[in-house]
Amino acid sequence: MHTIRRTFGLPLLMLVVFGVLDWFFPKMFDLYIQTLIIYCGINMILAVSLNLVNGFTGQFSIGHAGFMAVGAYISAFLSVSFPNWAGPFINLNFFLNTVIGGLFAAVAGYCVGLPSLRLKGDYLAIVTLGFGEIIRVLLLNVDAVGGARGLYGIPKYSTLFWTLTWVFICCFTIVRLMRSTHGRAFLAVREDEIAAEAVGIPTTRYKVIAFVISAFFAGIAGSIFAHFLSYLNPSIFTFLKSFDVVVMVVLGGMGSISGSCVAAILITLLPEALRPLQEITKIDFRMILYSLTLIVLMLTKPQGLFGSLEISDLWKKYVRRSASN
Amino acid sequence: MEEFLQHVINGVSLGSIYALIALGYTMVYGILQLINFAHSDVYMVGAFVGFYAARFLNIADSPSYTSFFTILLIAMAGCALLGFSIERFAYRPLRNAPRLNVLITAIGVSLFLEYTGQVVFGATPQLFPNILEDSIIFSFGGARVTKMDATILVTAVGLMIVLRHIIQNTLLGKAMRATSFNRHWASLMGISVDRIISMTFIIGSALAGAGAVLVGMKYPKIEPLMGVMIGLKAFVAAVLGGIGNIPGAVLGGLVIGIAEEFVVGYISSTYRDALAFSILIVILLFRPAGLLGRFSVEKV
Amino acid sequence: MSDVLLQTKDVSIRFGGLVCVSKFNLTVTRGELIGLIGPNGAGKTTVFNMLTGVYTPTSGDIRFLGEGTEGIPPCELSKRGISRTFQNIRLFKQLSVLDNIRIAAHQHTSYTLPEAVILSNRMLLQEKHILEKAFELLKIFNLGERAYEVAGCLPYGQQRRLEILRALATDPQLVLLDEPAAGMNHKETQALMETIGFIRAKFGITILLIEHDMKLVMGICERILVLDHGITICEGDPKKVQSDPKVIEAYLGTSQD
Repeated sequence: MHTIRRTFGLPLLMLVVFGVLDWFFPKMFDLYIQTLIIYCGINMILAVSLNLVNGFTGQFSIGHAGFMAVGAYISAFLSVSFPNWAGPFINLNFFLNTVIGGLFAAVAGYCVGLPSLRLKGDYLAIVTLGFGEIIRVLLLNVDAVGGARGLYGIPKYSTLFWTLTWVFICCFTIVRLMRSTHGRAFLAVREDEIAAEAVGIPTTRYKVIAFVISAFFAGIAGSIFAHFLSYLNPSIFTFLKSFDVVVMVVLGGMGSISGSCVAAILITLLPEALRPLQEITKIDFRMILYSLTLIVLMLTKPQGLFGSLEISDLWKKYVRRSASN
Repeated sequence: MEEFLQHVINGVSLGSIYALIALGYTMVYGILQLINFAHSDVYMVGAFVGFYAARFLNIADSPSYTSFFTILLIAMAGCALLGFSIERFAYRPLRNAPRLNVLITAIGVSLFLEYTGQVVFGATPQLFPNILEDSIIFSFGGARVTKMDATILVTAVGLMIVLRHIIQNTLLGKAMRATSFNRHWASLMGISVDRIISMTFIIGSALAGAGAVLVGMKYPKIEPLMGVMIGLKAFVAAVLGGIGNIPGAVLGGLVIGIAEEFVVGYISSTYRDALAFSILIVILLFRPAGLLGRFSVEKV
Repeated sequence: MSDVLLQTKDVSIRFGGLVCVSKFNLTVTRGELIGLIGPNGAGKTTVFNMLTGVYTPTSGDIRFLGEGTEGIPPCELSKRGISRTFQNIRLFKQLSVLDNIRIAAHQHTSYTLPEAVILSNRMLLQEKHILEKAFELLKIFNLGERAYEVAGCLPYGQQRRLEILRALATDPQLVLLDEPAAGMNHKETQALMETIGFIRAKFGITILLIEHDMKLVMGICERILVLDHGITICEGDPKKVQSDPKVIEAYLGTSQD
């Protein structure tokens, strides 16, 4: 009994909370706010999962959009071509399709992780970028998913409940992993590969594991995205999308899960917050300001918002400081 | 056979442009170990500098070698200035910051130039002025060598020879090589590292400006996002040849240019953009440091 | 069980055209403390790198516990019982002292990734065990109070000690120490010598060490190998090595002290 509570207590509680929120939510907020919240959730999954590779394991991947595309297209294809294959329950179908999308993305992650056995730093970065672009060009040429025209008519299954649930699963999994011997192995790879090998950490294995988990969740985010937007186009998944995610990770602080979440929300909302400015001036200044913000933040706060600390660490620090005063 | 020859000619012409842009990436990388993502947008600005200069000087419709060289020099100067300012204001303050921060800043500068370009130049494509009339110099069978292709090739090769001369035979070049070998030791030898880095950006950006004018002549549609794809491929060319290695960048550019021309000619143009990366991945699997790069073993 | 722990036969390595180590022969029996000395660039660290699988010898044969080590990655050799420290300290600098030790205990855990996520009984048990063991080790080395400090912020001498401790946390049979006294003053070196003696007594492990501090080497090593330009020029007990003319020649200029 005790074991079950320890293992599933928090997840079950969260499921209930998300269920209730999902019920209240449409009554409280308009469609615009709902859309923003779901986009925040998608970006949070992307940023937290990329943080596992870039922040914790110390590799440098800039091809996250490619994995997202795999998950999005596979799950959307299943939903469009085989509706209700797993029975009459829409949510069950959606859940399974999402997981399958994630698994395909994980396989893609494995294929990218393999070259990382030999490549380091910038070479690895450019290979991940290349993989992302190759996936995109392949999608352009597959007629079964619409090619350049895009894939239309994807059922709108994504709800607040599913988005929050997956954000939770993603963060929960990675937080728990990081508190285990496996998490410490990721960190050891980042800190010093040669020393890690010398104390018995199979570094290549852990690099590949990091890529696979990270790609899996990127695929999940892709599926939620596809079933929210209800159409897909390969041009959504260019390397600019990957850059976006990298920016979130660096902005939040490499190796900080809560940092990634906060940065994901900021980056999603910033262009929206700047919308009034655009309406006044009639010129689209938003992206210019976005890029300027990025440069200024890097010049003034090079460690990102949180460094490698979590919100909870900062809170403890704050409490300690106010106590000592 | 004629078709094959024609593809080779087009490929070399395209490849020499890739090589020009790749040189900028590789030079900056060699000195700062930075992937200068903004380089592709410096190239884009170069095209627009040429565009507006031709308009301003009223030579947009008077094709001649005089107009060609005028525009070429103006675009190169404009890009050099831009490259210098980017380094001075965005990268130099981060000289001792972690490399990743500089990289993100480079992405930021790149986005800034692209979006500012969309506001200032407009998002719709413009037509690059006709500054050199095209004619067939000679042909054998079906393969034709045009005046345009010949000019592109001669200009690109000429600039590369000048660059090679600067790097191999001048004091500046020697200082650049020393700085790329080891920035710290170079500064101990009395080399003003900041000045050398500035010069690297100036030279690299000027080459991108030249590349922009050459591309503008051959593919006259210019727009603020035109640098993205070609920049990416030029960068891939630089990595392919071994990043930081100057002959490597030229070789990589030619390989990608020719291969791309063949894929378009014999398979399908839709696979064009994936090709560069496929070549890159295959080559890196066998030579992890690129064609001419040297793989260094970390000292334990 | 045989008493021979490690045996190398005619091990050579070349980088490009440069022969770095040639025909290196060494037999280590259980419980020994062997010193490896030689002028800078003699190839001592290269020997360590070959023994731990970082470099693959160009020719020759290395056997650990009777089995050949060719093609076995460093992490696997570490699991079999070879552990090491590095000449230029390679701690996991941004992690805590405790985590440095716990990472070295990675090979004593067997729970899977999903178990880590659901907090299985096995996972909690093993984590508890690692934690206790880590604190036990830290206490022995007087680093217990520093457990939660960042490893890179420790004073230099303690970093060196922590690295030795990390090597011990893998439960090794053979420990290779690469210049453990480098940069230490006389007093610290003295303490280090005591520590090394203590480790031998307490854990019963075999040690091979590289060192430039002759007082340390002559003081604690039972057997010494001298390497010069990759060639073993002398082997024997400290007395024999000190009086060997070839060794004196190789060290000429630094041998007065």
